[in-house]
Amino acid sequence: MKKVFLGLFVILLVLQSCNSNKNTPNNANKPISELSIYNLPSKWTNQNGENIEMKELKGKVLVMVMIYTSCKAACPRLVADMRNIEEHLPENIKNNVKLVLVSIDPVVDTPKRLKSFAIENKMDSEQWVFLRSTEENTREFAAVLAVNYKKIAPLEFSHSNIISVFNADGELAYQQEGLGVNSDQTIQKITEEAQKIN
Amino acid sequence: MFAIPKTKIILLLFSLLIATSMLAQDAKMVSIKRGTYVPLYGTTDKKAVAIQGFNIDVYPVTNAQFVAFLKKNPEYSRSKIKGLFAEKSYLAHWESDFNYGKNNLSNAPATNVSWFVAKKYCECQGKRLPTMDEWEYVAMADEKRIDARTKESFNHYILAWYEKPKTYANTVGDTFKNYWGVYDMHGLVWEWTSDFNSIFLSGESRKDKDTDKNLFCGSGSINATDLMNYAAFMRYGFRASLKAKYTTRNLGFRCAKDLK
Repeated sequence: MKKVFLGLFVILLVLQSCNSNKNTPNNANKPISELSIYNLPSKWTNQNGENIEMKELKGKVLVMVMIYTSCKAACPRLVADMRNIEEHLPENIKNNVKLVLVSIDPVVDTPKRLKSFAIENKMDSEQWVFLRSTEENTREFAAVLAVNYKKIAPLEFSHSNIISVFNADGELAYQQEGLGVNSDQTIQKITEEAQKIN
Repeated sequence: MFAIPKTKIILLLFSLLIATSMLAQDAKMVSIKRGTYVPLYGTTDKKAVAIQGFNIDVYPVTNAQFVAFLKKNPEYSRSKIKGLFAEKSYLAHWESDFNYGKNNLSNAPATNVSWFVAKKYCECQGKRLPTMDEWEYVAMADEKRIDARTKESFNHYILAWYEKPKTYANTVGDTFKNYWGVYDMHGLVWEWTSDFNSIFLSGESRKDKDTDKNLFCGSGSINATDLMNYAAFMRYGFRASLKAKYTTRNLGFRCAKDLK
């Protein structure tokens, strides 16, 4: 009989479980602001196979883009745009900036694949972070960035070409839309935000 | 003889408790059989998309159901919701955090809800939002057939609704029951789908523009296929205009679930 009770308790707990995942406030210095992407609880894996939560990037200015590594059309240019932005950042703020590439094809883009993509594209220094998660988390993250994407064939996606800049608190500071556009304003915004940290 | 063992009574109470809490959460679902369909928008080659079998709510989520969810998860109430997850108009037509007010019926669809919260609601029921393909697949059925899209009267019904104002104030279940036993796919409110942000209308994708061409550069006469394409164009265009934190008065949602 005791076992039955235990079972019932477990069921009750399961039924209530959705109440339990309330936002846990971040202990690190100040609380996460309302508009911060660090309100998203999603878990990610980086190019080194390490599991991280997005909020571990808190305190840095983030330059983010969503891509997939098997992409032949737009992504090489998006990646080039990212590299161009990185090259033009003033040296004294580079340590305050992370450049983050998020995969929209988590099935194909394993950490290993992301790592070799990073090496091939000379994006292998400390500054570069490659992330992948579940399809659901990726969809949610895209929703936050207002990035649309859709699988149109195996190894082929349509996707928006948007580079987003987040300040140290994880709030959206700027978005650059389009391919091969002039990045001056993006670079200026990153610099502005990064200097606030210095 | 009348001495019922105490443990049995407690057991009974427990079962009751579980039953009621299940009832409170469990919206009626029906199962949709697997099949294929050719989407009206977003494919190049008119290739059929395979739909796995799944369960879907018979009705959109109502105000009463939504307020029950908010009471359990107050961080999603109007005053507590984070700006990242919903814009200011979130539940703006409600009287207060946990009161949808006298002007809104308890069994009217919950609207002015953002994608983030709709998604969360479904997760809390052990469900998920339907994908756009799942939603469209269910929505192409009329009372009698799985795919009524080429039927002229069906298209007239849908388009007539698009012109009718304020249907969001009606109660769920007032429209027709379709082939699958699902209500309100047309005629009440627009609905969120899990992958609403997978549409391209702006030419970012080279492959999604087929329907536009058919629509605008097609023949001069308007037949059932044109009406069907027009209705689909409205629906997909609306979705493409959304962002995940947007809320509007005529946009609600229902949940789906994988078959076990």
